[in-house]
Amino acid sequence: MNSPANTPRQVKGPARAAIGNLERAAASSPAQTDSPAQENAAPLLSLEHIRKSFDDVCVLQDISVQVSKGEVLAVIGPSGSGKSTLLRCATLLESFESGRLSYGDLVIAEDNAQGQAVYASKHVQKQARARFGLVFQNFNLFPHFTVMRNIASAPMRVQRRPKEEVHEQARALLAKMGLSGKEDMMPCELSGGQQQRVAIARALALNPEVLFFDEPTSALDPELTWEVLTVIRNLAAEHMTMVIVTHEMFFARDVADRIIFMEDGAIVEEGRASDLINDPRHQRTKAFLSTYAAKR
Amino acid sequence: MLAMLGSGFLVSLQIFFLTLLGSLPLGLVVAFGRMSTFKPLSLLVQFYISIMRGTPLMLQLMVVYYVPYFGFGVSMGDGYRFTATIIAFIINYSAYFAEIYRSGIQSIPRGQYEASGVLGYSQAQTFFIVIFPQVVKRILPPVTNEVITLVKDTSLSFVLSVPEMFTTARAIAAAQKAMTSFVVAGVFYYLFNLVVAAAMNLFEKKMSYYHE
Repeated sequence: MNSPANTPRQVKGPARAAIGNLERAAASSPAQTDSPAQENAAPLLSLEHIRKSFDDVCVLQDISVQVSKGEVLAVIGPSGSGKSTLLRCATLLESFESGRLSYGDLVIAEDNAQGQAVYASKHVQKQARARFGLVFQNFNLFPHFTVMRNIASAPMRVQRRPKEEVHEQARALLAKMGLSGKEDMMPCELSGGQQQRVAIARALALNPEVLFFDEPTSALDPELTWEVLTVIRNLAAEHMTMVIVTHEMFFARDVADRIIFMEDGAIVEEGRASDLINDPRHQRTKAFLSTYAAKR
Repeated sequence: MLAMLGSGFLVSLQIFFLTLLGSLPLGLVVAFGRMSTFKPLSLLVQFYISIMRGTPLMLQLMVVYYVPYFGFGVSMGDGYRFTATIIAFIINYSAYFAEIYRSGIQSIPRGQYEASGVLGYSQAQTFFIVIFPQVVKRILPPVTNEVITLVKDTSLSFVLSVPEMFTTARAIAAAQKAMTSFVVAGVFYYLFNLVVAAAMNLFEKKMSYYHE
């Protein structure tokens, strides 16, 4: 399982983003030793040796991923490679059979003596949910709520924050998404790109530590894709920690610090974003990227 | 004659509203039972629904009325006629409404549940804030159908001699040896259903502030 291709490459060449680069390089280094210095930089998200199968078909085989604060990780790969399943396991929408999942110091699932993953209590899972946000491929906005209510409902009802504060934040987020003045519109009155930006604002309103994107532009026309990608780019510039499952290779190269290429439920190659896209090492990565380039 | 039919109509209205008041909430409970992952409960509820849908409402009315006496030897007072009518209507319509609720609930995309879960809503919050309002919009047309059927079904309570409009019309027709009272009763039912349809139409319009 642990093929040499799994080992992240050494950082080389000029850093894409100047700030926090050393930190990221350190945190994403392959050596997960127990030295005290590394404990301080405990990864925001840690998946270790995740295995999952659907009806005897193995969809995730021994996947390990760490994401540290401020890092942008892109996950690419062909359909059915397990990248979406991995993201759904990390966001507790699916359970896995064995492996360990933790958010910082919060352990969500861990193997027991028999090597089967045992999930923490509902209470702990709820705490974990407060730490991440998820943006879906098909937005999943609440169609019966206005834009404002879509964004403000969870902060008010789940986090029990005061309405004034939440609405103020929601308006600021809408402004950031380029959607000022759309507060009272219904999702059905918006374009797909606008809806997806509302969905991003809805996720951000809960102040998550890490934001997941599950193919955020796959349901969008090319011209609408651009506006959503711009928003994600801006979030990356602010060092929002993000995990992005995407088919947009060049976007992944530009916005991510690190890319994982998955195929058949396994990580084939992992490395610095520009290296992996521009100069893939593994034969299967090359093959995948070349078919992608041919389609463009 | 109009005064007699009018007071009969008021009884019909009582049956109508009491049935809705009981069966709309109860139907939701039944729907949950039907969708329960606890198999014995789900099977029991399926059996109940199949009996309610598979046997005549008129028969159900008589069973509910006669069970206390023939089943338990308890003789209920004359007021039980009306109570039995309401009970029979409620348990019958709950079964139909339950299936309508179920179809509505199951038509809501899984993504709505997933989004709610990720946002941290509890199961109850997810259902009442996110799912149910959307279900209501989706099930309005079939609910309108049931409600209109209910208006006409109230006439079945004549088998228990509840003095509702149809029972009254029958008595008048027998006394006068003329069917005028039936025609008048028919007009009453029709007009009332026009009102029901218009009200439900208005409700549907109110719910059209969004579409999916």
